Amino acid sequence: MENFAGQLINLFAALLLLIAFGMLSQRRILSLINLFALQGLVLSVSTLFVAYTSHQHHLYYSAGLTLLLKVIILPWILHRLIRKLNIKWDVETLFNIPTTMLVGIGLVVFAFNLAAPISLMAGTITKSSLGIAMACVLLSFLMMITRSKAIPQVIGFLAMENGLFFAATSATYGMPMVVELGIALDVLIGMFILGIFFFQIRETFDSLDLKHMEKLKED
Amino acid sequence: MTNLISALPIDIALGVIVYWLILGLAGLLLQNTRAITQLIFPAGALGALILAAAALGSLGGDTNVAVLPLGLPDLPFHLRMDSLSSFFLLLLGAASIGISLYSAGYFRDMPGKTLGLLCFEYHVFLAAMALVFLADDAYMFMVAWETMALSSYFLVTTDHNIPETRQAGFLYLLIAHVGAIAILMCFGVMQAGHGDYTFATMRGAQLNAFWASVTFLLALFGFGAKAGILPLHAWLPEAHPAAPSPVSAMMSGIMLKTAIYGILRVSFDLLGMQLWWWGAIALTLGLVTALFGVLFAAVQTDMKRLLAYSSIENIGVILAGIGLAIIFHSFHKDALAALALTAALYHALNHAFMKGLLFLGTGSVLHATGERNLGKLGGLIHRMPKLALLVLVGTLALAGLPPLNGFVSEWLLLQAFLLSPGLPHSYLNMLIPIAAAALALAAALAGYVMVKFYGVIFLGQPREAKVVEQAHDIDAWERAGLIWLALGCILLGVFPVFFILHIDFVAQLLVGHTLGISAAQTGWMWLTPIQPERASYSPLVLFVIITIGVLFTLVVVKKFYHGRLRRGPAWDCGFPEQTARMQDTAEGFGQPIRQIFEPFLGATRTVPSPFDKNPHYHGESHDRLWNLLYLPIARVTEKLSAMAGKLQHGRIHVYLLYSFVTLLALLAFIR
Amino acid sequence: MNGILLQLFQDTLVVVIAPLLLGWVNQCRAWLQNRSGAGVLQPYRNLIKLFHKDAVLAHNASPLFRFTPYILFASMWLAAALVPVVATDLPLSPAVDVIALVGIFALARVFISLAAMDIGTSFGTLGARREMLVGFLAEPALLMIFFTAAAISQSTSLVTIVETLAHKQFVIHPSLAFAAIAFVMVLLAENARIPVDNPSTHLELTMIHEAMILEYSARHLAMVEWASMLKLLAYTTIGFALFMPWGIAEAGNWSALPVALIALFLKLAVAGAGLALLETLSAKMRIFRVPEFMGTAFLLAVLGLLVHFLHGN
Repeated sequence: MENFAGQLINLFAALLLLIAFGMLSQRRILSLINLFALQGLVLSVSTLFVAYTSHQHHLYYSAGLTLLLKVIILPWILHRLIRKLNIKWDVETLFNIPTTMLVGIGLVVFAFNLAAPISLMAGTITKSSLGIAMACVLLSFLMMITRSKAIPQVIGFLAMENGLFFAATSATYGMPMVVELGIALDVLIGMFILGIFFFQIRETFDSLDLKHMEKLKED
Repeated sequence: MTNLISALPIDIALGVIVYWLILGLAGLLLQNTRAITQLIFPAGALGALILAAAALGSLGGDTNVAVLPLGLPDLPFHLRMDSLSSFFLLLLGAASIGISLYSAGYFRDMPGKTLGLLCFEYHVFLAAMALVFLADDAYMFMVAWETMALSSYFLVTTDHNIPETRQAGFLYLLIAHVGAIAILMCFGVMQAGHGDYTFATMRGAQLNAFWASVTFLLALFGFGAKAGILPLHAWLPEAHPAAPSPVSAMMSGIMLKTAIYGILRVSFDLLGMQLWWWGAIALTLGLVTALFGVLFAAVQTDMKRLLAYSSIENIGVILAGIGLAIIFHSFHKDALAALALTAALYHALNHAFMKGLLFLGTGSVLHATGERNLGKLGGLIHRMPKLALLVLVGTLALAGLPPLNGFVSEWLLLQAFLLSPGLPHSYLNMLIPIAAAALALAAALAGYVMVKFYGVIFLGQPREAKVVEQAHDIDAWERAGLIWLALGCILLGVFPVFFILHIDFVAQLLVGHTLGISAAQTGWMWLTPIQPERASYSPLVLFVIITIGVLFTLVVVKKFYHGRLRRGPAWDCGFPEQTARMQDTAEGFGQPIRQIFEPFLGATRTVPSPFDKNPHYHGESHDRLWNLLYLPIARVTEKLSAMAGKLQHGRIHVYLLYSFVTLLALLAFIR
Repeated sequence: MNGILLQLFQDTLVVVIAPLLLGWVNQCRAWLQNRSGAGVLQPYRNLIKLFHKDAVLAHNASPLFRFTPYILFASMWLAAALVPVVATDLPLSPAVDVIALVGIFALARVFISLAAMDIGTSFGTLGARREMLVGFLAEPALLMIFFTAAAISQSTSLVTIVETLAHKQFVIHPSLAFAAIAFVMVLLAENARIPVDNPSTHLELTMIHEAMILEYSARHLAMVEWASMLKLLAYTTIGFALFMPWGIAEAGNWSALPVALIALFLKLAVAGAGLALLETLSAKMRIFRVPEFMGTAFLLAVLGLLVHFLHGN
């Protein structure tokens, strides 16, 4: 059973990575949000499994919190946002997508080699998932770099947090509850503030394209 | 006669070399087109046949040694024929049979004087390549190597009245010599201060890891310059198209393999050790070369340049196989090293046949139409059906399709990649799947290139009617040469086990392991490199089933349904003005590749405006490395020579002053 | 002997049911689009109709053009016959492992592209170019998908892969998740389905496969169409073999055959419906997006292989 649960968690880790790549290769904002919600769901289920196999009760709360925040509330806010701002469709990427993915593959190799010595020390059942978690963080970062619009960048930021959270559960069976609650609150508040910013940015520049931010530079 | 049979293979090989030299001289003296084409070239092919037979016989036999009492006093030429030499002599002999036979037909219109010279250079070229494979000391090796480079230079510049040809020849000579210097230095390091340049001494020398690495890198650079490995490839797409087609076939099919031979000889035989990162470098370099070559081949509009770039790709694949073999060998996984090495050698042999066939095919097209530009050809399958059929074989083989030979070596190499996990090195373990993916991509792109090559030349409607109308099919000699090579492609593809059992002797010599036992355990029909459960492939069965399938469906369709057939015009979609110009040109067919890989291919285009009375389109893809690497070097060289040029005044007393100062300095120095 | 019987049975089976699968997909699509559809047997009727017509060949069609439909049909038939569909003891399957299978698909692709260029119309060359464009990324992607499965089972033989995945101890392979997604993308592209190509239109801006076979008629067209049905079946059954091999009978286990047959038909029904659903949900892509789509598939497949090696060590 232990072994089987380990395999399942590996599978969830792989799914997280898959979704991270999916987000990297996605042009449409709507699909991006759905993928983000899916990633939250996978994360929450995998936390549930870790909780079950390791008998760490606080992880059940983490899983519930993830589900509530990342699968329901944040996607709902994002959906509302894009409806309000009326931007559902394609966003231009700065590089073409296969190139971005190629860089992504390089990042995965790098992340795994980076994580290899650490996961050897970790005594948990899910050794290889640390590498995946790290890869997820790096990939989300990459997505933030390559998108020119504001909302995909925010989603990238949130996805990065997903990766960190997964790293925490898989390597150390989660952070203390207080820290976790704090982060959750941060993310939520951050989302609200960014939402307000979007409206402000659009009002000022008539667009959410971050290229316009360059105009703020003093010449 | 009995003497000949009991003669050692090395004596036969030497005999053939002398015979070729005599033939070349005879051609030079005769200067008669008819005699040269009808007698000397076929006789050369006979020599090649004897050489191939001797080499085949000596594979796995004893190593023969000979010392030629030629050369400088106390510095005789050492010759040695082991399995590695025999394999490459076999490649040389087998491929040059077809090329020499073809030449007998191809040069039938050349004036006797030029042809006599060409015939001499051609046979010297052949003899020099054979000597490269036989040499057993650095001195002999370099003499043969330089003879090979010079004779091929003269062959490339056969049409020396064309400025581009002269330029191509110069570039070739330049890079060949830069490479030769590196090879010389490599031998210099390997003799390790013994002052003895025989290979036997080099084998015995114990180099430490640093010097061994220096040697390997020098060898990779020097031989890489000859093979066209990135970034030393610049001469290849210039020189191969410039040469007459049989010479292009010879250079691409055989001469590039001398460099492969050199790399193998140095890294597996002369150096007693191997480090894994050598293999990683060779593997990476090979794959980059392969991808580069195939991408540029896809955007070419000149058929011979296309094939030249495809040669770069194939050399890359061979080098990748060698790199993999080095990696395995350095980790003592000798069975896998044998697999990778066999794949590389098999691909070298295959490439000699496929590329020889295709270069000769383009020669016939060029001969018949006088056109090298793909954009002006088309529809030749109707004018030259025999040629079209033979070239189709080469096209399918080079595209790596089963059941032909290109697929076999690709299959072996992919198997080697797949079986590689478990190397005790984590980055290397991850490099391998990515490398396999790159190889697969290169192979698939080769399919794209070959469809373009064949489709644009032979299929469709003639793009320029007057170019194609006068085309005539090939003559008997040309046909004989092409059939030989096409047959080679088919046999190498359908009976791989037979050939692999021979290559095994080379693998045994170089890595101390063979595939033979496992390959043959399931019978000669099945190719099973490790175990039958792990992987097996039987091209013969595949070939037979597909043939049966085709025949079966043909018979069923013929039997049960009427054969009523009408000929009509092609459907014009309601737009009656369909002309041949509406087909894709070579440029158009390569357009998607150019668009996708635009950042790598420095492309320039001039597109006419819609109101242009004489619309003219021009598109070109440049090699970015040329601007990034070669031009700066050329500029630096130019600056240095300009500085040196300042010393030159043209006034005699200034020169006397130089001598005087030199004399004083020397006197002061030795005081 | 039994093996040979089984091989013959499968050879016949695939040829017979290939049009049925296409008919089922089309019928499902019709239902999803609120149409009543032509029935699952329509492809058979089409084939019979085509075989009865008089063939028309363009004036400058070469022998290559006439010969290609047969090569196409034979190679697709071979491919479909070699995939373990109901049982794993197929005597011919050692002749062709997964790499050779990819080679056979490539062979068919090269021939149909060459035939498309043969007449020398702008449509033909356009189709050939686009087909090769899809193919040059689909082929390595498919190879990498196979490699992922082959790395798991330590064998490139499809039979061994199926036996390992279906009959050995059940293990979850995360790498197969990547491979599966990549495989679906390759399947859509290689079989000329939406979003890459639209099998039911002749709009020049979008077509790939249809543009290539525009000059074929009557029995030649029938062979080409049948070959593409066989190709769809081959791809679908490859998908079963790699990702849901359950139900395929083990070698020598004759009693499991009926179950295997039922399992096959159930899986085909589900897969066909899934394909129709996918096609209905997605929109046709612009042709310039296709390389991106295929590149994504290729890189996902590479990633799958990479994930396998990363987990494995």
